[in-house]
Amino acid sequence: MGSIVLEKVHKLYGNVEVIPSIDLTINDGEFVVFVGPSGCGKSTLLRLIAGLEDTTSGAIRIDGNDVTETPPAKRGLAMVFQSYALYPHMSVRKNIAFPLKMAGMDKAEIDRRVEGAANVLNLTQYLDRRPGQLSGGQRQRVAIGRAIVREPSAFLFDEPLSNLDAALRVNMRLEISELHQSLKTTMIYVTHDQVEAMTMADKIVVLQAGNIEQVGSPLELYRNPRNRFVAGFIGSPKMNFIEGAEAAKRGAHAIGVRPEHIALSKDSGLWKGTVGVSEHLGSDTFCYVTVEGIGTMNVRTSGEVSVHHGDTVWLTPAEANIHRFDKEGMAIR
Amino acid sequence: MATKHSRAAARLMISPAVLLLLGWMIVPLAMTLYFSFQRYNLLMPGMEEWTGLANYQYFLTDPAFFDALTNTLLLVGGVLLVTIIGGVLLALLLDQPFFGQGVVRILVIAPFFVMPTVSALVWKNMFLNPVNGLFAHAAKALGLQPYDFFAQAPLASIIGIVSWQWLPFATLILLTALQSLDQEQLEAAEMDGAGPLSRFFHIMLPHLARAITVVILIQTIFLLSVFAEILVTTNGGPGTASTNLTYLIYAQSLLQFDVGGGSAGGVVAIVLANIVAIFLMRMIGKNLEA
Amino acid sequence: MARQVKTRSKVIVTIAAWAVGIAIFFPILWTVITSFKSEADAIADPPVFLFFNWTLENYVTVQERSDYFNHFMNSVVISVGSTLIGLLIAVPAAWAMAFVPGKRTKDLLMWMLSTKMLPPVGVLVPLYLLFRDAGLLDTRIGLVIVLTLINLPIIIWMLYTYFREIPGEILEAARMDGATLKAEILYVLTPMAVPGIASTLLLNIILAWNEAFWTLNLTAANAAPLTAFIASYSSPEGLFYAKLSAASTMAIAPILIMGWFSQKQLVRGLTFGAVK
Repeated sequence: MGSIVLEKVHKLYGNVEVIPSIDLTINDGEFVVFVGPSGCGKSTLLRLIAGLEDTTSGAIRIDGNDVTETPPAKRGLAMVFQSYALYPHMSVRKNIAFPLKMAGMDKAEIDRRVEGAANVLNLTQYLDRRPGQLSGGQRQRVAIGRAIVREPSAFLFDEPLSNLDAALRVNMRLEISELHQSLKTTMIYVTHDQVEAMTMADKIVVLQAGNIEQVGSPLELYRNPRNRFVAGFIGSPKMNFIEGAEAAKRGAHAIGVRPEHIALSKDSGLWKGTVGVSEHLGSDTFCYVTVEGIGTMNVRTSGEVSVHHGDTVWLTPAEANIHRFDKEGMAIR
Repeated sequence: MATKHSRAAARLMISPAVLLLLGWMIVPLAMTLYFSFQRYNLLMPGMEEWTGLANYQYFLTDPAFFDALTNTLLLVGGVLLVTIIGGVLLALLLDQPFFGQGVVRILVIAPFFVMPTVSALVWKNMFLNPVNGLFAHAAKALGLQPYDFFAQAPLASIIGIVSWQWLPFATLILLTALQSLDQEQLEAAEMDGAGPLSRFFHIMLPHLARAITVVILIQTIFLLSVFAEILVTTNGGPGTASTNLTYLIYAQSLLQFDVGGGSAGGVVAIVLANIVAIFLMRMIGKNLEA
Repeated sequence: MARQVKTRSKVIVTIAAWAVGIAIFFPILWTVITSFKSEADAIADPPVFLFFNWTLENYVTVQERSDYFNHFMNSVVISVGSTLIGLLIAVPAAWAMAFVPGKRTKDLLMWMLSTKMLPPVGVLVPLYLLFRDAGLLDTRIGLVIVLTLINLPIIIWMLYTYFREIPGEILEAARMDGATLKAEILYVLTPMAVPGIASTLLLNIILAWNEAFWTLNLTAANAAPLTAFIASYSSPEGLFYAKLSAASTMAIAPILIMGWFSQKQLVRGLTFGAVK
């Protein structure tokens, strides 16, 4: 019902090759997240799928049908914009009803669907208000409601949570994930926040400069990053990278080890270092430890351990969790 | 943002405007150019003949042309001077908090909305008239001789009337620009020890510089074509004392029926206006990026 | 920003501002007052300000002697007419330029604005002759055509700036929601653009009403709008100040009222966006 295939999709903006060539398969019902730094092309890719931009070359197929030349209205997709893009002059009811009105549905059916969506999203009491009278989270839900009523083959989300405050973001993340569980429709979600990617996705597509660096499940990307970029992008806080003697010792140009895979001890260990800044989060403590000959590393310890600026500590990385990278930044398996 | 489908529709939607404006530009301009090379007088139709640059020669060497050119420059320059200086001062005043700001703003803006013929006639008759005008009454009350404005200083009188009409425009623009000045900048300057005059010259004036430039350029474009005020007050006189380029060409075309000569004059006016327009275009172009 | 504004200085500024405001507004005020005087009172020395016999005779005379109403209607027809036709042509053009910008859109806009900078006297001759030959001299239609053309650039420009302020994403959402181009314009763009369109309408009616070059040169008795009609007072017979005042008051009243509502539009429209 909602499988999307991109074949050699290529996009040029003037002389800038925003997307050199992308091949990607999205299966029906999957929650796929496009993630990457600013300017990596993830929003562009989403808009190409939506039909809001034309491909320079390549094909896009939805359920086997070639939609490359089809206008956005006819692709059967629904999009939730970063700014929600609600119609300010229409009530919530009319906003949600709009796509159905465009499809020429009869009034009774429209009302039924609108009320259904409002129910699911807890919007029933706001149906007659205007977007200007709603909070950010409520507007977000109206945008989602407008997308749901169309019963599309797939939902496209363009950084929908960027404009919300931190607490709201966590709530909405859960709501969207639950929505996916109940509707089982394909969802393509764009974000620059790798936490959102990790928590929500079935499959993550990591992009950089218009190229796919790696596609895989969250845990796959966490455990087996294909290259240094993915290794450094996925996982928070960032992986520590070490070059030089320690890397050569292990047969690599550079090695990476995550903060959570380094043991910190006040008595003994592999590397000796001095504690710089410590970040106490209560549940964990992250220490920045400067080790001679290696550099500064971020280490996670439990919140119970008390370390102070200037303390001498010993770090021991878990050898099984050390990632090795060659000169080109590719992972050595 | 633009896809193939929308681009085709867009082209269709722009075409009527483009075609109309193109026609409006090309047809009359071409005709003016054509006529300027003809000896063509409306009183003697059917006797047109090609006369090369004679019309231009005649027009540009006519002493009336130099008078008109000078008057045009004086008119534009005079009005600019009054409206910019007056506008800056008024803007500074209106930017202050005081009681009844809204009403005063309306009072100051009003002259711009009065049609030129009304302005000119009201000023000419009810204020500047040496017998029945208010200024005459005031002069007599002070024991002075009333001044015959339009006989003795026709151009200055017209400059006065046009300035009264355009002062609101300059004030509004400059006030808008002034209000966009970040209060915090002024506060920072005050903390740095700058007094009111320093703050004006070092912070406000530079900020206003762009708005002032815009006012100058736009007003110039419109002031080059002052017409109605001259028509209903002095008819360009006495002699050519208050004739500007626009009026001169009008007189030649529709009063003397000299189509050829008037057209040559028209071309000259267009060339002069283009020079100003080039500068204005550059200024606006920079802002379209914003 | 909590600032202690000394009341004393505020009062001084108030007095100064009001003095200047009244001085600038005075000619208009004087005209309105004089319109209610008898001709004798109008030229009285010392001048009378409030205490005289207020009369409506001038308003009656102006209408009777010179069919003022006809000229008033001419002004109405040509301002509103040229504005509506202008909008009809300008809305699609401004839409296209604002939402489907191409490489040359800015140049196109610049060119359109430049046509407004053509000195009218440069095309006076051909226009006069064309109109004469086409029977358009002294007709409302002729004036509507000219006024539409000279104000079209400003209408397009103002609509363009208002349309650009509509977030593009909302129109994209409409497209995703299945709206055809027509539906997009009808249900989404127009309602959101209505305030901008209204402002443009207002400003353009004002500009057309006050236009005093073509309305003076291309009309005679029939189609003369108020600008030309008032001009006929430049060579009157006998005492006429009170009548001039009455005619003037009626001519400027509608526009003064409209003008008070359109200050912001004035800045936007006539500085071509160079000042925000």
